[in-house]
This record gives sequence, C-alpha cells and structure tokens, in this order.
Amino acid sequence: MPANPIQLRVNGKSVLVSAGTVLAAAIAQAGVTKFRRAVTGGPRGPLCGMGICMECRVTINGQTQCRSCQTLCEEGMEMRTDE
Amino acid sequence: MNHAFDIVIVGAGPAGLAAACAAAESGQRVAVLDDTPWLGGQIWRGEQSRPQLSQAQRWIERFRRSGATLLDRTSAIACPQPGVLLAEHPDEPREIHWQRLILATGAREMFLPFPGWTLPGIVGPGGLQALVKNGWPVDGKRIVVAGSGLLLLAVADGLKKHGAKIVSVSEQAPWSRVLGFGPALLSHPGKMLQGAGIKLRLLGVPYRCGVWPVKAEGDEQVRRVTLTDGRNTWTEDCDLFACGFNLVPNVELPLALGCALSDGFVRVNEWQAASVENVYCAGEPTGIGGVDCALVEGRIAGCAAGDRHAPAKALFAKRACWHRFRAALARAFALRPELKSLAADDTLICRCEDVTLGRMKQFNGWRDAKLQSRCGMGPCQGRVCGAAAKFILGRGMESVRPPVFPARVSSLITSGTSASNPNPNQTTT
Amino acid sequence: MSQTRDIIIVGAGIVGVACAMECARGGLKVLVLDRGPIGGGTTAAGMGHIVVMDDSEAQFALTHYSRSLWHELRPQLPEDIEIEVCGTLWVAADDEEMAEVHRKAKNYGQRGVRVEVLNSADLEKAEPNLRRGLAGGLRVVEDFVIYPPCAARHFLEQARKHGAEVRTGVHVKALRSDGSVLLADGSSISAGRCVNAAGPWSPALTPGLPVRKRKGHLVITDRHPGFVHHQIVELGYLKSAHSTGRDSVAFNIQPRKTGQMLIGSSRQFDADDLTVDQAILDRMLKRAIEYLPALGRLSAIRAWTGHRAATPDKLPLIGPSTVSDRIWLATGHEGLGITTSPGTGRLLADLLLGRKTEIPSAPYAPARFANGGAHHE
Repeated sequence: MPANPIQLRVNGKSVLVSAGTVLAAAIAQAGVTKFRRAVTGGPRGPLCGMGICMECRVTINGQTQCRSCQTLCEEGMEMRTDE
Repeated sequence: MNHAFDIVIVGAGPAGLAAACAAAESGQRVAVLDDTPWLGGQIWRGEQSRPQLSQAQRWIERFRRSGATLLDRTSAIACPQPGVLLAEHPDEPREIHWQRLILATGAREMFLPFPGWTLPGIVGPGGLQALVKNGWPVDGKRIVVAGSGLLLLAVADGLKKHGAKIVSVSEQAPWSRVLGFGPALLSHPGKMLQGAGIKLRLLGVPYRCGVWPVKAEGDEQVRRVTLTDGRNTWTEDCDLFACGFNLVPNVELPLALGCALSDGFVRVNEWQAASVENVYCAGEPTGIGGVDCALVEGRIAGCAAGDRHAPAKALFAKRACWHRFRAALARAFALRPELKSLAADDTLICRCEDVTLGRMKQFNGWRDAKLQSRCGMGPCQGRVCGAAAKFILGRGMESVRPPVFPARVSSLITSGTSASNPNPNQTTT
Repeated sequence: MSQTRDIIIVGAGIVGVACAMECARGGLKVLVLDRGPIGGGTTAAGMGHIVVMDDSEAQFALTHYSRSLWHELRPQLPEDIEIEVCGTLWVAADDEEMAEVHRKAKNYGQRGVRVEVLNSADLEKAEPNLRRGLAGGLRVVEDFVIYPPCAARHFLEQARKHGAEVRTGVHVKALRSDGSVLLADGSSISAGRCVNAAGPWSPALTPGLPVRKRKGHLVITDRHPGFVHHQIVELGYLKSAHSTGRDSVAFNIQPRKTGQMLIGSSRQFDADDLTVDQAILDRMLKRAIEYLPALGRLSAIRAWTGHRAATPDKLPLIGPSTVSDRIWLATGHEGLGITTSPGTGRLLADLLLGRKTEIPSAPYAPARFANGGAHHE
C-alpha cells in the first residue's frame, strides 16, 4: 500500500497508486495491458512513453482520446480503456 | 491567457534548463515551457521527485534559483504569428509572446517495424524507463532489451534496479563499431566511468552486439521475441520487450517556425541561432549528442540569446569536443541495412491508421502515400511511421501542419489580443 | 509514343480525372498531366461533401445530375473512398432561416430531391450535440460524404482501363491554341485538344480566365465517432459562402467514416499563400463551437488550407474556350468540384464527342464571359 495513496478507477475497478504515478502506469498496475483497440482491431499499449506515439490513448473522465502517459493521476479520476 | 517574456525556451530538458540559466543571467525575463508536469525532460524524468543523478540535481537546483519562470504542462502547438507561440495547458490556452526563442525540443526514440511490433508490452527503452520512473510496475518482469544506442545499457541498468529481470541486451551495431567508440569514451572520462559502472552492475546480463530483433509474438501482449545475429536465430521469452533504434530529433516545432534543416537536423550557426531571426536551437534537434552536448549547446544558446557573446564564445571549445563525441556516436551506432527489411509487406508501418508497409510502397512518395493510404494521417502526425519510412524507403514527412501536437479544438483558438500584461502571474518554482 | 493523342488533360484533380475517365470511355486517346500526386491539390484539401445545392437553376441542375451519377457509381467504388450516406442537415438558427428551410424544402421537393423538415425538437433528437434553441433544419437525405483523393485515384484507374495515359511530376507551363501543351522544361506535347482542369491554377496556364483563388481552412479531429451524424451546415452559410465579398466563415462539420470530425469553413479572396490564418481559424472554430458547444473538447490533429477556383457567377467553366476551340476548360468549380466532377466529366465528353448532353450545357459554357476563354497574350 503506497503512502498517501491516490484512489482512482480503471475500467470500474478501484486502484490505489502513489503520488507521481502517471495514468498509464496506474492502468498497468490494474493489470490492464490493452489500452486501446487499433483501427483494424488489434490490441495496443504504450510505445513511446513520452506523449508522442498516441498509442496510450484512453478515456479519462469521459473524454476520449487522451494520452495516459503524460498525465499524473489525480484523486477520483475515472479511466476507461478499450475492452 | 497571455504571457510575455524576453526569452522563451521550449523544453525543460538538459538543453532547455541550461539555456534558461544562461539566459536568466542576462537579467532578461525568461520562461521555459514544457509539456510535462516535471522538470528535466525525458532523460531526467523522475529526478525532481526521486533524485539519483547529481548532474540533474545541480541543473534543476540552478534553474530554480535562476529566476526563470516555468510554464509546465504547457505544450507549444502552433505559431499563430511572428513572436507568439500558442500553447495548450490543461486549464486554458496560453499565448506566449517572445522576443527571442530557444528551441530545446529534444528527441524521441526511433521505432522500426517488424512482425509483431504493435503488440502491447513492446515499449521504447527510454519510454519504458520514463514510465517506470512514474510508477509502471516491472518488479519481477522478464524484459528483453534490444535496438541500438548507449541508452540500451542505461535503461537495462535502471530497470534492473526496479526489480526487473533483464533477459538480454542486444545492440544491433557490430562489436567492431561499438569498440571503435572507445576512443570517444576515453576522451570523456565522465562518460567512460558512467559506462563502466553500468556494465559492472549488469554483470550476469548478456550484452551482445551485432544482434537485432526480427519478430515478436504473443496473443494480446508480447510473450516471445525472436532475435538474430545474421547467422543464427533464436527466441527469448519475456513479459516486456524494450526496443528502440537510437533517437530522432523533435523538429516539428522548428519546422513550423520555418527553421531550415540540414540532414534532418535544425541548422544552426556558431551561436546556436537557427535560420529564422531570433530563433535559437540547442540539444538533440541540432544533432543527437546526449546530455552533455545538450547542456553546452543550451548554455551557448542562452548566452547568445541574452546578447552575452563572450561567455558563449568561451564554451565553443567544449562544444567542439562534444560534437566530436556526437559524430563518434553516430558512427558507432549507425543502423545496419538489414533493419530495412525487418517489416514484411503485411507488417503495419502506420500504427495510428493501420497501414501496411506493402500498401504504403504502392505509392510514389510520402504525400501520395499519405493521401491514398492514410499513412501518417493519424494523431501521432507521422512521427512514428514518418521516421521509419525515411529509414526504410528514403521518404518521410515533408511538412508540418498546425497543431504541432494534437490539442483540444478550443486550444487552437487565440484570444485575438496581444500580450497586455508584462508581469503575468505565473507560478515560479 | 503515340502521335495521335486526342486530348491532353492538365490537372489530375478530381475534375480532371473525371474528364479523363469519361473521355477515355468515349474512345478518345487521353493523356493526363499533373505536377503533383493524383488529387493532391484542391481535391486533397476539400471536404468531400456530395451535396445538391439550389442557389441557381444551373447550380441545381449540375449538382443534382452529378449526385445521381455518384449514386450510379457507388457499387463499383472501392472501400477507401469511405462513402458515408449521412445526408446534409441545414440548420436554421432563427425564424428567418427557418423560412429558408421551408423554401428549400419546397424547391427540392418539387424537383424530386428527398428532404425532411425538422422542427426544433426533431433537430435536438437528430443531433444532440447541437446547442439548444435552434429553430430547426432541413435534412437532405441522399447527400453523402466521400474521401476525395481516393475517388480521384479510382477515376484515373477507370480512365487507364480505357487506355488513358497518366504522367505525374510534369510541370505544365501553358496550353496552346493548337491544342498542344508547353512544359516548364521547354518541351511540348501535341494533341488534338487540351483541357485546362487545373482549378485554382488554371489562370496561370490560360491567362485571363475569370477564375480566382478562394482560400479555405479546415480542421480535422481524432476519431470521435457519433459526435455528429450528418454533414451539418448552418443556413447562415448561404449568406456568407455565396457573397463574393470579404472574408467569411460559416459553421460546417462533417462526420468522416473514420469517426473523425472535419470542421469548416472559411472563404477568403486575395490570400494566395497556404499558411493557416490564425484570425480566420479563430473565427471559424468559434463559430463551430457556438453551434456545437462540446466540440471544443475534441482532440484536433490537423489544420490546413486549400484554394478553391472561384468564378464570378459561382458556376464552373465547362467546354471550349473562346480563344481557341482546341483549348477546352473544366475549371472554376469553387466549393463544389467534388460533387460536380462526374457531371463535369460527362458534359465535357459529350460536348467533345458531339453527343447530346443530359442537362443543358449552356450555363457552364466559358463563352458566357467576355473573357471566358482567356484573352490573347
């Protein structure tokens, strides 16, 4: 259990992460590897980790197509990956 | 919101921080913008919260005392008029007015397509390192590291410290070339020691040269990687595959400003000045030279932008030294031609729009392929497939269009007013 | 190399290649020249909205005729043309614009164009992301959306099947009154006739044509499927798009088959460069967000500009020029070139081959302008 944990939800599942965790890492901590479905259906996850490749796009608080690798987790965030 | 400064620096990595410190010494109003929430760029990511490198600490500390303003989470997306950058910020669009501009936009990893390269769990080595610094779990994970560049060793070392089991590290360049890099290392004791230290800690992990990946397999994520040395081919099981082939410069913003390139890098003069008036460039966009090269170029650019030419000139010899290192780096880790044929015709090259290499090859040039196959039309704006196509087919992105990064539609709208407040209430760290 | 070429078409935009397709089908030996890639000019910059318009009888005739040709072509069009039969939704903000809805509904209805009038509540239901309180709208059911560069390639492939030859990367300098074409390298290619289908660049090849560049801006978003369901155009568009005056913007959004949103539109004369004009972009996007408040949150990935080939009466120039019956024109389609390309190709081929045209060709004849075929140099 991290100190001063931040609680957020990944695909409806509650996840506790420590401060300074990026959303992509929180998703990985929740055991999710598929961040999005590609145009032809294949599974995708982060590639560049630096906000360039757009492979880590998820839905954050209802907003689709958000990069998860450059955004820090905040209390109460709601994230969805393509399932 | 409008912000006005004398000198604006884009990028808070080593080049940007060094430029800011040097520029601030001129007494001018200086700001640094960076799209991340942290200082240090990608290479020093995590140093702010969990210090490890004393060099990074020194520069971050120096920047904090410099009086320069930090505009973090501020992503430059367009140049709506001369002297103005339009930037996206989570709370509001920002218009940043500058008299002089220093571009320290860094570099990104080069990814090359091979069968299976789109599987989740295949991440750039630098990218994985960055993610791990921000909480990505690797404890107990088996990681294969492959590709090219000094970064492979540093990353393997870092991952190991976080509890990962490094299966192997494979450098595509042959031993003969990598060993030829030795003299460059010898002339830079700091680098040599760093390299040696890493190798010591890596004892027990195979570091191979002249080995490259040919295939990755898995169901919904990577499970196995096939590697070759050109004669033998074998398979290694893994949970993650860190794979990247050197770095490519981030030249999109320089291009949007009209800066001329030379061999894919921003062309600068001895003062680090680009072809566009009052625009300077430092660090990786001018040539992939690493942290120390970026620092010295940043300092020169910062001094020159602040009209302090003597201290800039005093750094020329040091820069020349690092430019030799840079040239040695390029020779040592030059990509082997075999990598051009890793991708089959049915391998995707454009990961945003899922365009295969075969489809792309049906068309004559980058623009024709883009228009007809959608290659490069997705949200990465051709950053991944453009660099790969340039290496494989000798053609790549020809121009950039705004926004330089995807941004909310509302962020593309300017206030239509000029900077009225010369002392904006930004947060200074 | 053939010495008996019947016709050289300059410009491999969608209009030029539609002409090539029809001429080749009609048995003519065709050569198509372009300095850039297929459909790489105005065709690549445009929206790809196949729309019936009724600003004038002649405009209606050509757009309606062309749309029916598009529908005929549909079964053979490849998938990458991304046809989306989403219809056009003309949105009325107030009672004045609602009166226009009723006028248009009547006009279209009488001519056999399927339309539906939507009241305010219908409109909310049809497009929940539109702002509340709009007066209503007109749905033109059979209008649709395509991806133009691939359509251009397809037309050209059809032309090739009928023997047409295509050369890209060829810089044409002028069309000559003997039907030959002068290239930038000083050489020339002879043919029975040549056709100027160079759109906004047509006056550069045939000096004096009454065609002016009219710049437009577009922004495309990442994939946000379902954000809107129709090509939505404000009826105020009629006031702005069809005035020939100063810079104007109008709300116009298109749902691509990919789920992307393509946002327009703007019109500017005397802006020959292709840089994005921030002041225009500001106005255009603000206008779009006025209609679709949630649009501001979508992720924009690219903005670009292009030039339309505008004529004084907003009708294209199709047919022989007045300077020489060996220089023909297929240009000046302004914002309707994608829609009207099949009709243009058919008309031009019918005229060249002496066949009876299916709609009257006179309204588009270059001879309607004193300088319709360009003046002598």
